[in-house]
Amino acid sequence: MTTSAGVAFEKARTDGRAALVGYLPAGFPTVDGGIAALLTLVEAGCDVIEIGLPYSDPVMDGPTIQAAAQQALEAGVRTTDVLRTVEAVAATGIPTLVMTYWNPVERYGVERFAQSLADAGGAGLITPDLTPDFAPEWIAAADGRDLDKVFLVAPSSTDERIALTTAASRGFVYATAVMGVTGARESTSELGGPLVARTKRIAEQTAPGLPVGVGLGVSNGAQAAEVASYADGVIVGSAFVRALLDHPGDLDAGRRALAALTEDLAQGVRS
Amino acid sequence: MTDLDKLDHHGADAHGWYGGSGSFGGRFMPEALIAALDELEVAWQKAMLDPTFLQEFESMLQNYAGVPSMLYDAHRLSEHAGARILLKREDLNHTGAHKIRNVLGQALLTKRMGKTRVIAETGAGQHGVASATAAAYLGLDCTVYMGEVDTERQALNVARMQLLGAEVVPVKSGSRTLKDAINEALRDWVASVDHTAYLFGTAAGPHPFPSLVLSFVRGIGDEARRQCLDLTGRLPDAIAACVGGGSNAIGLFAGFLDDPDVAIYGFEAGGEGVDSGRHAATIFAGSIGVLHGARTYVLQDDDGQTVESHSISAGLDYPGVGPQHAALSASGRASYLPVTDEQAMDAMALLARTEGIIPAIESAHAVAGTLQVAKERPGETLLVNLSGRGDKDMGTALEYFGLGNAEATAEEGR
Repeated sequence: MTTSAGVAFEKARTDGRAALVGYLPAGFPTVDGGIAALLTLVEAGCDVIEIGLPYSDPVMDGPTIQAAAQQALEAGVRTTDVLRTVEAVAATGIPTLVMTYWNPVERYGVERFAQSLADAGGAGLITPDLTPDFAPEWIAAADGRDLDKVFLVAPSSTDERIALTTAASRGFVYATAVMGVTGARESTSELGGPLVARTKRIAEQTAPGLPVGVGLGVSNGAQAAEVASYADGVIVGSAFVRALLDHPGDLDAGRRALAALTEDLAQGVRS
Repeated sequence: MTDLDKLDHHGADAHGWYGGSGSFGGRFMPEALIAALDELEVAWQKAMLDPTFLQEFESMLQNYAGVPSMLYDAHRLSEHAGARILLKREDLNHTGAHKIRNVLGQALLTKRMGKTRVIAETGAGQHGVASATAAAYLGLDCTVYMGEVDTERQALNVARMQLLGAEVVPVKSGSRTLKDAINEALRDWVASVDHTAYLFGTAAGPHPFPSLVLSFVRGIGDEARRQCLDLTGRLPDAIAACVGGGSNAIGLFAGFLDDPDVAIYGFEAGGEGVDSGRHAATIFAGSIGVLHGARTYVLQDDDGQTVESHSISAGLDYPGVGPQHAALSASGRASYLPVTDEQAMDAMALLARTEGIIPAIESAHAVAGTLQVAKERPGETLLVNLSGRGDKDMGTALEYFGLGNAEATAEEGR
C-alpha cells in the first residue's frame, strides 16, 4: 500500500511543525545493514524516508554521499536490492521515496520501474537530474499509479520554471537551498528562505497546498529549527551518511549515532 | 534526420533533440543548472548572428590558431593503402589539435557574457591545454578537472596547463578518468555558475553543448570540402574521423552531410577488442542511455551503471558519445566501427614512417580505420581528419614500441 509523502507533510502541518525527511543510500554498508539503518531513522522520528539508488555518476552529490554510493556499488548493490529496501521500509507505513539519477530508471524501463516501485509500496521518486520538461514518460507512469513525483527547484530557477516544476510535482517539491552539491554545511544558506517564499507564492496558483521541503546542508537540530521556520519539511542526507561512515564496520554504533542525530533533528523541526 | 543544418540550433530542435523528439540529446540536468544552460543558449544564438562576434572568432582562428589547416595529399601512405588518402592537418593547429577551435569560440563567448572564469574537463589533456591556452589568451581564470589516472598518463600536458597558468585538479572519484572529470566539473559549475563558464570539451553533454561545439568546429568540414574540391576537382568518396565524444568527427562530418554520395565513417576505440569488454566502442557495442545530460549510446551494465571504458588513447577513453553521432548512426547516414589499440599503434608507426607525421593516438584510430576502408574502396579518394599530433603520446609510444634505446632502434630499423 503506497502512502504519499504529502500525507506525512499534512500530518506535520496539523501538528504545527515541519516534517523531517531522512535520506540514506540503499546497500550501504550492505543491503541488510542499509535496511537496518533506515529502520533506525523511522523509529527515531523521521516522517518521510528517501532511499538513494547508488549510481556511478552522481553529479549532484558531494564527497560524503559519493563515498557511500561507491561503497554500495563496489559491494554489488543492484536495482532490485533498492526495491527490496523500499519494500522493507515502506512496510512500516512510512512514506518511502526513491531518490535516483535518471539512467538507472530508464535502463530498468520507466513503466516497469513505476510498477515495481508501486508493488514494493514506494511512494514515488525524487529525480535530481530529471526536470518536468524532459519527464513525460515518468509523469505518465507515475500518474497512472498515484506515485509522488518530487522535482527540484533551485535559487537559480526562474519564476516560469518554478511554475512548471510545482505544477508537475506531487507529494512535495524539493527546494535545493544552496547552489552546490549535497553535503553538510557550517551554516544554512541564506538562499533558502527567499526560495521557499517564492516557490510557495507561485505554487498558490499552480499547485495549491503543495508542501515545500528544503534540502542540502542541514546537519543538526539548530539548523533544522531554522529551516523549519520557513519550510514545510527539512531534508537531511549527508549528515546521516556521515554518521554511518564515522563508524566503519560497527553498524550498531552507527545506528546509535543515527538515532541520536534523528532525535536532535526531530526536536529541531518541532521547536 | 541527417542534415544537421536543416533544423534550428545546428541540428537540434528547440529542446536539443537530434533525430526527433525524445530520441537523442536533450537536457537531463539538475534544475540548478537549467538557468545557466538557457543563458548560454541565448547568448550563443545571439553571438552566432552577430557579425562582430563571428569576425572576431575568424580572426582569432586565422591569426592565432593557424586555421585553416592544410589538406595534405599523402602520396606514400596512399601508395601503401591502395587508395588516395587526404589528411586534414588539424594536428598543425596551435596547441596541436582541433580542440583550439572549440575553446576559442567558447572562451570568446564567455567574455561576451561577462564571466571571468572558465572550467574544463580533460581526458588526454588536449582540451585542458586548449582551454588553458584560450584562458591565457583572453585573460580568464581557468581550472581544469582531469582524472587522476589521466594525470599520470599525460603528465606533460599537466605541466603545459600549469605553465599556462591554469589550476589542474586531479579527480579521485569513480574510475578517475574523463567521465569522472566531467562529473567533478559539473559539481564545480553548480556552485560557481554566476561567474563561471563551463568550456565543454566535446560535442556531447546537455543541450546546447552539442550544437554549440559543432558551430565552433564545423570549420574543419567546411574547409576540407572546399580544399578537396580545389585539390582534386571533386568531392571525396568517403571521409573518416576518430570518435570519442566526437567533436573532431562532427566538425568534419557537418561539411559533408548534404553530399549523399560521400560515405561517412567514425572510428571508435576498440581497445583490446570489442569482445574483450575492454574498449570504448560506445556506438558499436553500447546501448541507449542517459549520461552527462544527454540520451545517447552509453557503455552500461544491466542496471544502467556506467561501465568503465578502455583505450590506449586517453582522448577516446569515454563511455559515452555525442548525441549527433547517435542520431547519424541510427539514421544510417554514418557508419561507426571499432579500431583496436594494436591497429591504432600500427597506423601511428606507419604514418610516421611513410609521411614523417606522428599523429595523436586518437587520430591514428582514424588512419587505421581508413586503411581498412581502402581495402573495400581501392583507388577511391578518402579524406581523413588528422585531429591531433602525437607529441603528447610519445611516452605511450616509447613504452609500446620499446623505443628510447638508440642501439635497439637502429637494429630494428635495418
